[in-house]
Amino acid sequence: MPQVTEAATKRRGKAKTPSLSRDEMLRAYRDMLLIRRFEEKAGQLYGMGLIGGFCHLYIGQEAVVVGMQMCLKPGDQVITSYRDHGHMLATGMEARGVMAELTGRIGGYSKGKGGSMHMFSREKGFYGGHGIVGAQASLGNGLAFANWYRQDGRVALTYFGEGASNQGQVFESLNLAALFKLPCIFIIENNKYGMGTSVDRASASRDLSQNGAPWGIPGEQVNGMDVASVREAGERAVAHCRAGKGPYLLEMKTYRYRGHSMSDPAKYRTREEVQKMRETSDCIETARKALLDDFGVTEADLKVIDDEVKAIVQDSADFAQESPEPPESELMTDILVEAN
Amino acid sequence: MGAVILMPALSPTMTEGKLARWLKKTGDKVKSGEVIAEIETDKATMEVEAVDEGVLTSILVPEGTENVAVNTAIAELDGGTGTAQAAPAPVAPAPAAAPVPASVPAAPRAATPEKDWGPTKTITVREALRDAMAAEMRADADVFLIGEEVAQYQGAYKISQGLLEEFGPRRVMDMPITEHGFTGMAVGAAFTGLKPIVEFMTFNFSMQAIDQIINSAAKTLYMSGGQLGCPIVFRGPNGAASRVAAQHSQCYASWYAHCPGLKVIAPWSAADAKGLLRAAIRDPNPVIVLENEILYGQSFDCPTADDFVLPIGKAKVERAGSDVTIVAFSIMVGMAMQAAEKLAEQGISAEVINLRSIRPLDTETIAASVRKTNRLVTLEEGWPFAGIGAEVAMQIMETAFDHLDAPPVRVTGVDVPMPYAANLEKLALPRLEQVVEAARSVTYRR
Repeated sequence: MPQVTEAATKRRGKAKTPSLSRDEMLRAYRDMLLIRRFEEKAGQLYGMGLIGGFCHLYIGQEAVVVGMQMCLKPGDQVITSYRDHGHMLATGMEARGVMAELTGRIGGYSKGKGGSMHMFSREKGFYGGHGIVGAQASLGNGLAFANWYRQDGRVALTYFGEGASNQGQVFESLNLAALFKLPCIFIIENNKYGMGTSVDRASASRDLSQNGAPWGIPGEQVNGMDVASVREAGERAVAHCRAGKGPYLLEMKTYRYRGHSMSDPAKYRTREEVQKMRETSDCIETARKALLDDFGVTEADLKVIDDEVKAIVQDSADFAQESPEPPESELMTDILVEAN
Repeated sequence: MGAVILMPALSPTMTEGKLARWLKKTGDKVKSGEVIAEIETDKATMEVEAVDEGVLTSILVPEGTENVAVNTAIAELDGGTGTAQAAPAPVAPAPAAAPVPASVPAAPRAATPEKDWGPTKTITVREALRDAMAAEMRADADVFLIGEEVAQYQGAYKISQGLLEEFGPRRVMDMPITEHGFTGMAVGAAFTGLKPIVEFMTFNFSMQAIDQIINSAAKTLYMSGGQLGCPIVFRGPNGAASRVAAQHSQCYASWYAHCPGLKVIAPWSAADAKGLLRAAIRDPNPVIVLENEILYGQSFDCPTADDFVLPIGKAKVERAGSDVTIVAFSIMVGMAMQAAEKLAEQGISAEVINLRSIRPLDTETIAASVRKTNRLVTLEEGWPFAGIGAEVAMQIMETAFDHLDAPPVRVTGVDVPMPYAANLEKLALPRLEQVVEAARSVTYRR
């Protein structure tokens, strides 16, 4: 526990990102960029009135999901809160289906009935997309419980924000996971603000990675702005879980550039603070620099990726506007599963 | 002066028990706090501790005696220390009279299932629930039971007796007292296709977890466009038990039945309990099973067929009649049956409908009955405002208004938190005479 944290803190100090291969780094860059561009487009469509309700963008935090996803095998599960677009794209869900759900169309993952906060893909192991702060901690514990029950060696990634980390059911879940040795990786995405309240004003703890310490759950603080650091920590966590040693907790130190949701003017922090993070810590810029400096990738190579990503995002936006609204008959479907 | 030791009440609903064993014999010295006897109820074996010191001068009820009523004198003690105490009860001071269950229990009648399932056997509701779980767990390895005290303790109300032994600790799991956490965990497991049975020690505690039940279990299928079902059962005792006051005496039928995405059932007889719980476990949707603590120990005839199961969403006409329809569920079906007996003596023929399922509600069966009797009385323990009676009455307005010869009448619990005092509690719950009166009023016999 504390030892792990210290070790991780030391590792975090390294500026280099040697643990990823060239191909892995390229892939990570591409996946992070896809999320960034997708979210920018979603922001535009929201501004045009094509997306309604709540819309929580993931811009700034991309390294967390992309790094963690690199540690998983098919069959492993992912569950998160309402800030979920990045998680879905990272699991390999189609940009079209996600964007069309944002616009409330039949081509969306939930046929337009879930919206930004409620999408799922059993095929990709993505279990939502949950709108109640902290609820996914218990539910993710349940995914891990199912793995434990079936003894199938799978792990469940359970993401939540530092705001949710104060919810009672999160602590209940940590206890249950430790008690039954469930293969659950709790990932606190600490982006410093639970809506408009800074973590310092919401949590008496200054090291959330130790929130599982009373139950003996190993925890690490991780530089969540660096995809290689995330991947390294993720591998340790996954290995721990797959070995049957029970849950693991990762506190990802990250930052969201945009407001809590589209309707948040973000007056609780300065423009300078945001700007500084973007300039010094941006995960995509860090990866880009590493690719150019350390891996011999050329600007032309990156341009190919940029164009591919741009095309996927534009296609998803087109699809999300062309796909029709759900037929009125959809109002009364999917309420109950028809019993056989 | 000697003191009399009385048969103690060991739980709020205990009315009698078996004096299993004396640990002291006549002439023995007894110290305060010493265990002097063991008592068995249908739920548990309990030890009786002496309150006073002295010499046991006589044993009035020999060991092995069954059905010893609470407050029966079971032994006499010679006050050795000279403290002259008048007849204290050994454990908790027994109330002046044996605690009468808050609701009048049913005079168990042969509940004939609609379909002929062949031979029946008399079993308690408790056994029926246990048998239902055991049968489904044998049939499907994805079914498991979690809850507080369900495994090693064998169930707080002894519903899960023997299940740990048969199915092992992976499928019968004790949970810490964290309803919110373990309910969410079970819902998450159900999303992957497992079929959890979550026992709430009582439904009062389900409020700790109601967000997971409504927001996660009930709504995710819809929010996922049909991708993510939640095959889960939430079960446990619901409604008033006896003298446990406001926080532990509440009917959740209306709360849960309000929500699309849930099914809600409320068995009365042992056959209901077994047949409906089996259906609930097999159902691919979240099902709330509202049991009743007072019914647990009551016996009914129940089909023994291995494949016995009842459909969710179908009410049962427990007693045919022609003058008035009485609609009830859970323990109130028993009261409705008693009312029907009384009404028969007065020349009024009452038809009693046991709803069995609250959501979906079998409006068709109720309406068919009202078309025959032209009068409707609803009966429930819950509060009147937005209660099940309100819904049943409105459904009948919408489907059979022209057949009504009188405005429907509701008999419900009183619109107050449940009081503790015995007399007030009795007043707060539906009473037999109120049901009879309601039936008389809608038939204009008052």
